Amino acid sequence: MATAVKQGEPKNEHPSGGENVVVRFAGDSGDGMQLTGGQFTLSTALAGNDLATFPDFPAEIRAPQGTLFGVSAFQINFGSRAIETAGDQPDVLIAMNPAALKTNVQQVRPGGLVIADEGEFGKRNLDKAHYDSNPLEDGSLAKWQLLKLNISQLTLDAVKEFGLGNKEALRCKNMWTLGLSLWMFEREREPVIDWLNTKFAKLPNVAKANIAALNAGHAYGETAELSGEGLGTGHLPTHRIGAAPATPGVYRTVTGAEAISQGLVAGAQLAGLPMFFGGYPITPASAILHHLSRLKEFGVTTFQAEDEIAAITAAIGASYAGSLGITSSSGPGIALKGEAMGLAIMTELPLVIVNSQRGGPSTGLPTKTEQSDLYQAVYGRNGDAPMPVISARSPGDAFECAIEAVRIAVQYMTPVMLLTDGYIANAAEPWKIPDVSSLEPFPVKFLEKKPESGLLPYSRDEKLARPWIKPGTPDLMHRIGGIEKAVDTGHIEYGPANHQTMTEIRRDKVLGVADSIADQEIALGNSGGKLAVVGWGSTFGPIHQAVRKAIDAGKDVAHIHIRNIWPMPKNMNELLKSFDRVIVPEMNTGQLKTILRDQFLIDAMPVNKVSGQPFTITEIEAAIEEALS
Amino acid sequence: MTEMTKVETTLKDWETDQEVRWCPGCGDYAILKAVQRTMPQLGADPSNTAFISGIGCSSRFPYYMETYGFHTIHGRAPAVATGVKLANPDLDVWIITGDGDALSIGGNHTMHLLRRNLDVQFMLFNNEIYGLTKGQYSPTSRQGTHSPSTPYGSVDRPASPCAFALGAGARFVARGIDVHKGLPDVLKAAHAHKGTSFIEIFQNCIVYNKDVFDEFAAKKTAADTQLHLVDGEPMLFAKGEKGISLNHDTLQMEVVDVTDGDWEAAGVIVHDVKNRSVAHMLVEMQFGEFPMALGVLYDDPRPTFEAAVVAQNEASSVGKTPDLQALLNKGQTWTVSENGADGPEL
Repeated sequence: MATAVKQGEPKNEHPSGGENVVVRFAGDSGDGMQLTGGQFTLSTALAGNDLATFPDFPAEIRAPQGTLFGVSAFQINFGSRAIETAGDQPDVLIAMNPAALKTNVQQVRPGGLVIADEGEFGKRNLDKAHYDSNPLEDGSLAKWQLLKLNISQLTLDAVKEFGLGNKEALRCKNMWTLGLSLWMFEREREPVIDWLNTKFAKLPNVAKANIAALNAGHAYGETAELSGEGLGTGHLPTHRIGAAPATPGVYRTVTGAEAISQGLVAGAQLAGLPMFFGGYPITPASAILHHLSRLKEFGVTTFQAEDEIAAITAAIGASYAGSLGITSSSGPGIALKGEAMGLAIMTELPLVIVNSQRGGPSTGLPTKTEQSDLYQAVYGRNGDAPMPVISARSPGDAFECAIEAVRIAVQYMTPVMLLTDGYIANAAEPWKIPDVSSLEPFPVKFLEKKPESGLLPYSRDEKLARPWIKPGTPDLMHRIGGIEKAVDTGHIEYGPANHQTMTEIRRDKVLGVADSIADQEIALGNSGGKLAVVGWGSTFGPIHQAVRKAIDAGKDVAHIHIRNIWPMPKNMNELLKSFDRVIVPEMNTGQLKTILRDQFLIDAMPVNKVSGQPFTITEIEAAIEEALS
Repeated sequence: MTEMTKVETTLKDWETDQEVRWCPGCGDYAILKAVQRTMPQLGADPSNTAFISGIGCSSRFPYYMETYGFHTIHGRAPAVATGVKLANPDLDVWIITGDGDALSIGGNHTMHLLRRNLDVQFMLFNNEIYGLTKGQYSPTSRQGTHSPSTPYGSVDRPASPCAFALGAGARFVARGIDVHKGLPDVLKAAHAHKGTSFIEIFQNCIVYNKDVFDEFAAKKTAADTQLHLVDGEPMLFAKGEKGISLNHDTLQMEVVDVTDGDWEAAGVIVHDVKNRSVAHMLVEMQFGEFPMALGVLYDDPRPTFEAAVVAQNEASSVGKTPDLQALLNKGQTWTVSENGADGPEL
């Protein structure tokens, strides 16, 4: 479970019945692999397995069929022990065409199962994937178990009676594959059937065909006595994958984009504010705009602006008028919003900026994940422009982080940057649904009456926050803007002493946020050891697993995961300095490492990966090994 | 949205205690006074009024109005105002901008503001120059304008603010001159219009572009160079001796002579503020061949953006309760008991 830190994990890597399996579905971007993966995820979650997923799809909506760059893949790691990553090496690869095989097979564990749709391995597709000979025939896949099935033909046969055209009939291939997978891992078909009936309610024939394909795939597995048993990592017991131990409660699967949207709604409710969300379409951040657009009954107004700048400035306008202004984007869009963030800092208005990070710079890798916007979040504005930054580590964690971002924004009258990434936004995990009544409200109090001493729009409370005054309130008319403000009055003021004072106030106010956040905890291990592995964001899973393995092997290692990037918890200095060494794995060239060195004068060493793919556990293990040697 | 309650105020109630920082003799002073004089006549409520500006000389305007005010960033006032109006549609919002702010750096926002038809008054102070940055040519500067950045004269053609506005879908287009006594009437018409009221105000930058509008703004020659448009009245100028007519062969406007006041015989057009085709011709009339058309060129309201957003927000919330717990529990859930997973709750 990626949402909760578990100290009491079983120590043995593969206790009886405890195993996990990594399955990767790969096909053409038009083959419905994300749908297949999503439904398999749901069935897996319903079976009580813990899981983590990794959707990996191309930037092109419909890349030319059969090409290497058009391959879309979906990986799921599920099992009866806590899962924190999408898995290093797939145990099973389902390849719908030669391109999908070529781009994915090298990652499959030696001895793993490769299921290929041989119906798609004609000369034309082989050429497109740059295969000189048919890999299903030439023995080049010898290190894996190969299962060749003419999935295309089997699907066509299964849906014949529904009279669909050839193209439409072949679209059911993904459901055939899903049916086979559900059989192999003893998953229920019912949720998928329900889902198909709902999805194609208006096209009953299509629904029936898809269900027939699903059943045919399932039946094929049953008849051919295929089994997923024994496919898990390493030396496996041969019985079905049991349910993962989990904290009692009601669960669902959730993606990061959903969890952030719901967390923002929760935050607005806890603050007692209507929400205004300004967004502009960008991958992978758009999903948040889509989710919130359907939640109008929660007092949510969504605005698809003409550009990224309008999206944030409209949100600032809404905050000025008394709503909770929120905007969201990914790296390039966040860059465009920079000047407006400065305006929110200067006018001291609450604002939440969500950055779903992706590979950069420039357009970079729109659909791949990276953590390379940390400098941008912490430092990326003109002037001394401090802003709190927090980062989510998983879909479930994103819910809490969103609430925390709202709390800091309204209590400190400041913009707050919430960092997530493409991986968290798209990945799904089982999530223990929080009890709403246990969330602590932080109701906003607007200034509504002129104080006896007179109106001072830039006076301060104990948190150094200025009063929030809604236009429309009688007798409290005042002017704000981006020009430096005079202390207390907020009038235009260019004086040197005033600028010094105001710059210090803005800095101290943001640093003061540290007073309202919890001390830094150790995710795994103890303080004062030989090595701390410090991470942030979506690298939580692989780091946690790798550190657990190292501890199990008797090594003196701890995992520290930072949620509050700016300001950091007050005990961070002392905690980090209690370790002999600190390494910082992150999906960039060493940004948190730099901040840690700068803030605490420690010799934090970088462990970097910028391939657009998450870290594998093995990679972190190797880094730990090296740091300890 | 809800109809404004009329409030009694005087000009003084609209003045702030801030020292006005425009250059002595700047046309902005006249516009400021015209606005402060008009507000009491509108029955406007200072505490329900917000002036929102971008960056530039004109955009200092909010500091001098005893209302709510937001001096934002360059070009973005329309976007900020959009958020303000969507958060509180009842506020009376005025956008103050200039030719560089609205048509260069903020051109995109201006276009979308007009297209969406947010209910605001949009006052574009056009002085055909960047004043605050010391005199560079602007998007409305005439070809050949000499400035620090165009020492050999500008080579690009200027934008036409009113033609741009109409092209972007404006439902109210008007023109005024900073020191002109007709300006308050234009402001009143703009305020009465529900939707984005686009007002181009020729503003004299006495430091960097002095008297650039003199050929039509100068009092001495105004009778011959200005066409004052009034809804339902013939388009006459030069003391009624000339008028604007439509040439049915070329389908273009032309100046015609009017003899003995018989404008009908001369074929002079009667101004109809709701006629969009005529509005398109009016904004395209080139000064020189034609007089400068002033006053309300076009005024034909249609539903506002914020009204549509509010209506959709309400309609899509009908029958739904904002139950956060129910939202979180949505979809397929399953329960884990002390003994492990139970069956799914489908």
